[in-house]
Amino acid sequence: MIKVMVFLLGSLLSLSQTFAANPVVVTVSAASSLTNAFKEMGLVFETKNNNIKIQFNFASSGQLLQQIIKGAPVDVFASADQETMDKAEQLGFIEKKQRKNFASNTLVLIVPKGSKKAPTQLSDLTTSKYQRIAMGLPSSVPVGRYTQLVLEKSGLWQVLESKMIGSQNVRQALDYVARGEVDAGFVYATDVAVSDKVRIAITVPTDKKILYPIAPVLAEVHGDHHEQFIAAQKFITFVNSQAGQTILAKHGFGKP
Amino acid sequence: MHEAWVALRLTLKIAGFATLINLVLGVGLAYFFSRKNFWGKEVLDAILTLPMVMPPTVLGYYLLVVLGQQGFIGQFLKEYFGIHLIFTWQGAVIAASIVSFPLIFKGARAAFESLEPQYEQAAKVLNVSNTAIFFRVTLPLAWRGILAGALLSFARAAGEFGATLMVAGSIQGKTQTLSIAVYEAVQAGQDDTANFLVLLTSVVCMSVLLVSGRLMPGRLARQG
Repeated sequence: MIKVMVFLLGSLLSLSQTFAANPVVVTVSAASSLTNAFKEMGLVFETKNNNIKIQFNFASSGQLLQQIIKGAPVDVFASADQETMDKAEQLGFIEKKQRKNFASNTLVLIVPKGSKKAPTQLSDLTTSKYQRIAMGLPSSVPVGRYTQLVLEKSGLWQVLESKMIGSQNVRQALDYVARGEVDAGFVYATDVAVSDKVRIAITVPTDKKILYPIAPVLAEVHGDHHEQFIAAQKFITFVNSQAGQTILAKHGFGKP
Repeated sequence: MHEAWVALRLTLKIAGFATLINLVLGVGLAYFFSRKNFWGKEVLDAILTLPMVMPPTVLGYYLLVVLGQQGFIGQFLKEYFGIHLIFTWQGAVIAASIVSFPLIFKGARAAFESLEPQYEQAAKVLNVSNTAIFFRVTLPLAWRGILAGALLSFARAAGEFGATLMVAGSIQGKTQTLSIAVYEAVQAGQDDTANFLVLLTSVVCMSVLLVSGRLMPGRLARQG
């Protein structure tokens, strides 16, 4: 038994040494809608900086913020709205001088590709043809908040609220529509490119432009890892650079 | 805290229905397994126990694919009965009952197999019908083991999260059970709500465990 323990301990130690010898690991918490664009961003960035390894954590912006508040070791935070980033800033978790908007997006109403129903205006959703509509949960998913705001403004929220199926992040709402489990759903224009089973019915104008901010998480929040902080800044610079913006544009994101 | 009580009521409803379904199916199958031998019996037993060890997300995905709009059962139900199971509490009942089925099935099978055969034999000699033997002799003798299994299955169903979230979503008042409400509250940073929900859930789980512990067959033997 003791021999086994010693062996396990030894292999654990050697494992941690291999990690120590490896490049600096930067953890990037990014909104779900950024999944595909940021994965590509990470690959290109790593080929240019082979001493840095990017590790992604995708979820709804609200969920990511809660993880950071609860002490998750995150180096970069990219959210899909200003509100979530504002909260992170007020609570002192991000370096506010380096906060910057790096991309923009559009809210769209989508339907399953084969669907015979095609709403041409938002009020069409109130008819009985539309039983279930997917949207992000407004309490933690920015796209859900954008949706709720638009519907409240047009006076449709009260009627449509009972038809809404809340999703944990925007990609789940996309999946519900793609599987035909709901009749329509609110997602970002960039998400539509990810699935070949949905199509855009309406582009929904929002009062405020949908802007994505990015910022480094303060190093002292999770111990003083100076190397990581510098590497995190490098990644953010890359996202804002010409090369980074080209990748975002390729995935359908607009300029900030 | 009104939402918490709504979630609790929904949780008890879903777990209650799931346990009822499992009582009928689980006890029936367990009796069959304990009395009959057939080819592939242990393989079938393993398949029926699978939900206990498989990740709930895998089950959730299976259910989504089978019961969804594009699944063959989902299409059939929609076509002929106009039933839509995804995002409904009935869908959550199905997820919960599949996940908790092995607990009642295993418990009941063990209870039936540990019975002394002479009581049933005696009844047979007295020319009692097989159905009557089952309901008047076998079931009364095995009820403690079955009930303990049912309570564990109830607790597991009440705590179901992964498969339920995938199949039924998280719709407040409709499919948002206690475990999902906790997840939701934590994600949104509502720690007060989360604290209350977590306490409530712990109390419910403790009560179920205490009751089922009292009914465990081992205790009966010790007392006897």
